[in-house]
Amino acid sequence: MAATIKYDEVQVGQEIPAADYQVRRVNLVMYAGASGDFNPIHWNERHAKSVGLPDVIAHGMFTMAEGGRFVTDWAGDPGAVVEYGVRFSSMVVVPDDDQGATITITGVIEDKLEDKRVVVALNARSGDARVLSKARAVVQLS
Amino acid sequence: MALNRDFVGRTFEASAPYEVSRTKIREFAAAIGDDNPIYRDKDAAAAAGHPDVIAPPTFPIVFSLSGAGEGISDPGLGLNYAMVVHGEQRFEYRRPIYAGDELVCTSTITEIRSVGRNEFLTIRSDVTSTSGELVCQAYNTIVERGGAA
Repeated sequence: MAATIKYDEVQVGQEIPAADYQVRRVNLVMYAGASGDFNPIHWNERHAKSVGLPDVIAHGMFTMAEGGRFVTDWAGDPGAVVEYGVRFSSMVVVPDDDQGATITITGVIEDKLEDKRVVVALNARSGDARVLSKARAVVQLS
Repeated sequence: MALNRDFVGRTFEASAPYEVSRTKIREFAAAIGDDNPIYRDKDAAAAAGHPDVIAPPTFPIVFSLSGAGEGISDPGLGLNYAMVVHGEQRFEYRRPIYAGDELVCTSTITEIRSVGRNEFLTIRSDVTSTSGELVCQAYNTIVERGGAA
């Protein structure tokens, strides 16, 4: 495991720059196929509305995956992630247009642990909603 | 209807080991829009110290509930799947998942609790190699809306 970020060079409170992740319907169709989660609320607007949702919503695990991408892009090596957890606090509504939805993720170094590990706290928003809460990754730095 | 608490502690094993392929990792990485070469190119993975391409952190969701499906669909549990949303998810990794891994997944219902009108059910999935090495643990909490009412 070889994170490119060095433990000695990060400080508690240090921010990781925001990144935007676009979610269009095609991404949800691809994610359904890749993950095996074919729940129609993630691709069928008629079904989503029939169960009281405003529109098709993204898989929570898709949003979690984008949070993971944010952390691994920062760390340099996906193998450096030793723990990753989230709570799904709101839906990402994905309209049927060319723009879809945007998930904006920011991060901050929340704590420095033993053995050159750090806790990264993530904040993920889509529109006005905070879509992940208690989102934390523990990363092994070098 | 409240979920049957007798299911806490029950364990379910996937019927066969899950074989991790480079093709599936590439497909999953493409689906999450991640073009990191460590998920696609063995040389890039080797440069980071890995024996083969590795899987993204959330990849275990692909197979980690394959055994537990039998448990949560048991009518005796009383779960109305149409009302289920994903509440929380957490992974603890002992090492990355590599292409070529054969992974055994054993899932245990660890907790059922009521929060307001909702029922929360947590499943811990222990993912090991076929030789018994622990690779990762996944904690999946699902919420049955209105289940406790």
